[in-house]
Amino acid sequence: MLDNVIIGQYIPGTSVLHKMDPRAKLLGIFVFIFVVFLANNWLTYGILGVFAVAAILLSQVSLRYMYKGLKPIFFIVIFTFVLHILMTKQGEVVYDLGWLKIYNGGVKQGVFISLRLVYLVLVTSLLTLTTTPIDITDGLEYLLAPFKKIKLPVHEFALMMSISLRFIPTLLQETEKIMKAQMARGAEFTAGPIKERVKAFVPLLVPLFISSFKRAEDLALAMEARGYRGGEGRTRLRVLHWRFRDTGALLLLVILAAVLVVLRTHG
Amino acid sequence: MKELITVNNVSFQYPSEDDLTLTELSLSVYKGEWLAIVGHNGSGKSTLAKLLNGLLLPTSGEVKVEDYTTANEKELWEIRRRVGIVFQNPDNQFVGTSVRDDVAFGLENFGVPRDEMIERIQTSIARVNMQDFIESEPHHLSGGQKQRVAIAGIIAQKPSIIILDEATSMLDPMGRKEVIDTVKQLNEEEGITVISITHDLEEAVRADRVIVMKQGAILTTGSPREVFQNEALLLDAGLDLPFSLKLGLALRDYGVSLKEQHLTQEELVDALWTLKSAD
Repeated sequence: MLDNVIIGQYIPGTSVLHKMDPRAKLLGIFVFIFVVFLANNWLTYGILGVFAVAAILLSQVSLRYMYKGLKPIFFIVIFTFVLHILMTKQGEVVYDLGWLKIYNGGVKQGVFISLRLVYLVLVTSLLTLTTTPIDITDGLEYLLAPFKKIKLPVHEFALMMSISLRFIPTLLQETEKIMKAQMARGAEFTAGPIKERVKAFVPLLVPLFISSFKRAEDLALAMEARGYRGGEGRTRLRVLHWRFRDTGALLLLVILAAVLVVLRTHG
Repeated sequence: MKELITVNNVSFQYPSEDDLTLTELSLSVYKGEWLAIVGHNGSGKSTLAKLLNGLLLPTSGEVKVEDYTTANEKELWEIRRRVGIVFQNPDNQFVGTSVRDDVAFGLENFGVPRDEMIERIQTSIARVNMQDFIESEPHHLSGGQKQRVAIAGIIAQKPSIIILDEATSMLDPMGRKEVIDTVKQLNEEEGITVISITHDLEEAVRADRVIVMKQGAILTTGSPREVFQNEALLLDAGLDLPFSLKLGLALRDYGVSLKEQHLTQEELVDALWTLKSAD
């Protein structure tokens, strides 16, 4: 069971997006979040849509995974859409129920805001689908490095992330072991009323907590024995390579932003 | 023989405890030897291991490694590079997300340049025969494999001493053999000094020298053959005799007297099948 556990949602692949520098991807997402807010008419939303679809096709990630990423936000999308239809009273009335008037401005606004949400989720989930968690950590450490000057513990934060990632499968294995031990003694985790099931998890969590603390202590000792003394004077095995395509991708985003600025409705 | 580690009159007390864990202990470790430190739980042998590379500092007395002393904080890093410890729990000392990253961890800490790092990682992983697993994640490895990765991480730092702190006690017999054979090879071929801290006398049998500890003090020291002569003393230290010794004793009680003690199963088997034909 545990061999199938994927940490994060990374889908291995060899596409251009997979090969991009995680720093470029992180920066790109950051820029894209602002760019999305530039669109305000059918044309600009259309251009963004083309861009998002092109990015998905480039990533070679199957659409099934994209759909999986969208599923949790469907409710929010529909909710915002309905809210806009009901609340925005601009433009002509397109449908009149007497007590409820739907304006074409409301429909337009609803579609736009929903599209905005969908674009944001699609593009940001591309990041986690094409980048391993450890690469994201490395990228973040590099990008946040300037903040070390204001005493932000960037290195420590990155190390914590990578150690957490390393221990997730170990703790899952341990949970499974404890569960089996409890089940062997008659504990029931999967049946019964919800209240009982929640209660059954207490004897699972307590030993898990205790052993995690023991692990943390052991690990700290082992790290110290191997000469760990903070980020100062440390060299790194993992290095990131910024290539031409990374600069290119960011340039493309800037161009996209410029096009949107020109084509958006002003005033 | 060159003296690598000198422990001089060391006492140690954990702040939370009333009694001394180690009392005025002195010992020397020599270059290239395989030293086994045996003792029951609570005899202070693991505390001793942590004192040897400065993870703990003595309450009184001095620990010296080569020309460095653990009392000087600046020299601590030199000592930690020279003295590597393989701990008991294979999982709780694996820091990296893959075998390669874990071996790199120590090198990164000591500021080894990247090119040299890559080279050292390759050779040390090959040295412990884990080259097929270089990209593997820890949860896909067996306990014995994880301990071998820990050893690779240590030898990449070019140490002079490897301490096995109960490193095989959580492993199955196969894993135990893998780890001991790897370390034995390093000891014989590269002259790396090995200190194996264990309560398993079967493991201590393979050492050049054995130190028996009880309640924070050294009970006796000598070659395995000398030490195992004195069964009463080992039992007094709370240790379980190796199987071949136990069988030898049982045979003696039964009336079959063997000429001497046999530390390993092979020796005992040889002695038994030649028993009648010898005279």
